[in-house]
Amino acid sequence: MDTSQTFDVLTALAAVDPVPWARSQMAFTLMFHIILVPLGVSWAAMALIANYRAIRHDDRDALELAQRWSKYMAVTFAVGAVTGTVLSFEFGLLWPRFMGQWGEAFGVPFAFEGLFFFLEAIFIAVYIFGWKRLRPWPHLWTGVPVVLAGVLGSVSVVAANAWMNAPTGYTLDSQGNVVDVDPVRVIFNESMPWQAAHMIVAAYLVGGFLVASVYATAMLRGRRDRYHRLGFTIAFTVAAIAAPVQMGVGDGLARWVYENQPVKFAAIELVPTTGSDVPETLLGHLDEDGQVEGGIPIPGLASWLSDPSTGRSTVVQGLDSVPPDERPSIRETNIVHLAWDVMVGIGTLLFLLAVWYGLTWLVKRRAPQGRLFLGIAACSGVLAVVAMEAGWIVTEVGRQPWIVYEVMRVEDAATGNESVWLTFVAIVLLYVALGTTTVLVLRAMSRRFRRASGFVDDDTPYGPTPGSARVPEPAGVAGPGDGRAEDGRHGDERRQDPEPVT
Amino acid sequence: MSATLVAAVLLLAIAAYATFAGADFGAGFWDLTAGGAERGAAPRDLVEHSIGPVWEANHVWLIFVLVVTWAGFPEAYQSIWLTMFVPLTIAAIGIVLRGASFAFRKAVVTTRARRVFGGGFALSSVLVPFCFGAVAGGIASGQVPSGGRAGDPVQSWLNLTSVSVGILSVALAAYLAAVYLVRDARHAGDGRMTHYFRRRAVVAAVVAGVAAAVGLVDLRSEAPDVFEGLTTRALPLVVVCAACGVGALVLLVRDAPRGARLLAALAVVTLIVAWGVAQWPYLLPGQLTVADAAAPDGTLTALVVAVVAGVLLVGPAFVLLYVLAQRGLLPEEGVETADADAVDSPRR
Repeated sequence: MDTSQTFDVLTALAAVDPVPWARSQMAFTLMFHIILVPLGVSWAAMALIANYRAIRHDDRDALELAQRWSKYMAVTFAVGAVTGTVLSFEFGLLWPRFMGQWGEAFGVPFAFEGLFFFLEAIFIAVYIFGWKRLRPWPHLWTGVPVVLAGVLGSVSVVAANAWMNAPTGYTLDSQGNVVDVDPVRVIFNESMPWQAAHMIVAAYLVGGFLVASVYATAMLRGRRDRYHRLGFTIAFTVAAIAAPVQMGVGDGLARWVYENQPVKFAAIELVPTTGSDVPETLLGHLDEDGQVEGGIPIPGLASWLSDPSTGRSTVVQGLDSVPPDERPSIRETNIVHLAWDVMVGIGTLLFLLAVWYGLTWLVKRRAPQGRLFLGIAACSGVLAVVAMEAGWIVTEVGRQPWIVYEVMRVEDAATGNESVWLTFVAIVLLYVALGTTTVLVLRAMSRRFRRASGFVDDDTPYGPTPGSARVPEPAGVAGPGDGRAEDGRHGDERRQDPEPVT
Repeated sequence: MSATLVAAVLLLAIAAYATFAGADFGAGFWDLTAGGAERGAAPRDLVEHSIGPVWEANHVWLIFVLVVTWAGFPEAYQSIWLTMFVPLTIAAIGIVLRGASFAFRKAVVTTRARRVFGGGFALSSVLVPFCFGAVAGGIASGQVPSGGRAGDPVQSWLNLTSVSVGILSVALAAYLAAVYLVRDARHAGDGRMTHYFRRRAVVAAVVAGVAAAVGLVDLRSEAPDVFEGLTTRALPLVVVCAACGVGALVLLVRDAPRGARLLAALAVVTLIVAWGVAQWPYLLPGQLTVADAAAPDGTLTALVVAVVAGVLLVGPAFVLLYVLAQRGLLPEEGVETADADAVDSPRR
């Protein structure tokens, strides 16, 4: 390619429409950040459960779990701080017109998010410091603010997102400028309770399955000592409790969408035209003419689910109820519907897994140990993340073309800067590096924890391997296989409690 | 009234970010200038040891600054971001690059790979404070228009004032870091490194002084109002700032065991507060006043409530953290290794 051609390419690229790039960049960075959120919210709670058990029952395995988890947590928190910083930059870089117009309303929940973020950062540090500096019970209590701040912080962020779906609490003057803001109505907008509940339960569900899947994998590899079983049990129990709750909350949110964002609902359920006795279409898509093609229709179910009191005669508004430029495009509709199916499908699968786990407990008084169960459980973390991402796609793509529902369009909010494609490429590359780093750091920590017996005092997550770490002793006689040797604890300690975790 | 309060909070949050994260960035600067793999091993070790515990958690302050700006002064926020798109993008990318490559360097073993990631870490540590400084310089010299409009995308941050404030930021960050590292080296009983960073702290302070002087002279023609503010109502602060800076240097040269850190941090804080006082009542000098830029009362009240709640909740938590950090281990648990288990306290 000669110089003039290169120049043509560069001019062409320089003149790219920034809106799709801005959307892609925002989507990509949010989808990355949202993986860290469940860990920030629910891992602390799981660590506290282990911590409580450790104190109450003088349980060394539980203590070790709590200590290690608190340190992993600090790493995921730090990565979340980086990706969160990038997100707050992007509000300005990608959506300056949205922020200029709505910052005074949209920004309110973030003020509180900032507060909780601070608290979470400080108390994570206090909790980690406290292992060696506080008595057990006071130390346990310093972990409680981490749990609360995690929940309230994400409720605040979700409140901002919910406000974009149900904008209330502001007054406009004749030029369309915001002149009055009622912060309470901004934060406690109509969509906020359902969305916040859905996200918090998702955080426990995803966090629980993610952590449990790590231990399930370890158990499949033969590390079936009590430490790993306990780690699995705590995390999986949290997720198994969250799973049925999420069914109910998700259903409530869907009904809220049915009543308040009918066009989004039509995209979710793949309903081109308004009518009653609408089928629930599994998979399938809209063709170019906007008609449903393929898929497995379950007659009347969408109508029935929307309002069981009127059953199959419930009228569901179709996409055609609004002009084409006020609803998601056909492509977007298909994305929303597919994402919905993925979320509900995985959610149902995980729910069944939780039922399996619960029934085994009821009948056998122990967690299922079979390879099939552990195999599925090992995948549950990734599945749960996929379901969460799909749910996020449903809500964000489903409200297109609006950034503020029925008030401001995405294209009116975006930056006019034509070099956004460039920052998008740079950000993707960097995030790949960041993601790899995070996994590497966590794995290095895990290996270091396993090498050293017990609690390693001297390890900043990224610090040099401590010279003072005790040399692991060979595994004791009690352990079948080398899995236990890798666990690195003294054999006699392991023999102390060979019973299943109860 | 509440607009003034929110503006003051904003200024203090910027000062906090500058002192806490500034030291992190500055440590990266010393990493960059530490020389070859062998020669630079000792200072790099100290840097790594020093900032490992806080890694990226100090960005909490930056997020807070952004949140207060967009909620409290949305029009100015829009103008700033539209105008300063380039330096702010570089800063965002630099922050990710820094966080990732710092941790990556730990994970790789070969000298070559370590050099690449170390370079990424150190380079971004310089770029980010430069960009933030350039943005601040651009704002101070009136390059950002009001009304949510974009100013000149290049001239706004690549002019003499901006560049000198950018260099000033890098120098101040390096100065802060050197002062902190002197203390850490002394703590670890490393006489060579104490000397090493003491010398560098002095050099950084001199560079910062020169950059500040150049910026000031240029400000006189570019933004006479701000210059006048600095030489009149903000003058006491400027004097305090200079006194603290010189005082810290004297303590360093005399090898005094304590006090230098506090004075150095105070110098940075007073400098930033002086900037705010000097351009008062303007948020964007010559363009937009704080009062005109302010969000409706409801929003400001919410911000004040959040800040008051923050002071009431975060304050005691900070004290607790500080007490714990100073406190010895429980008697039955043996000897403490220096700062080892502070994983990510957002302070030093």
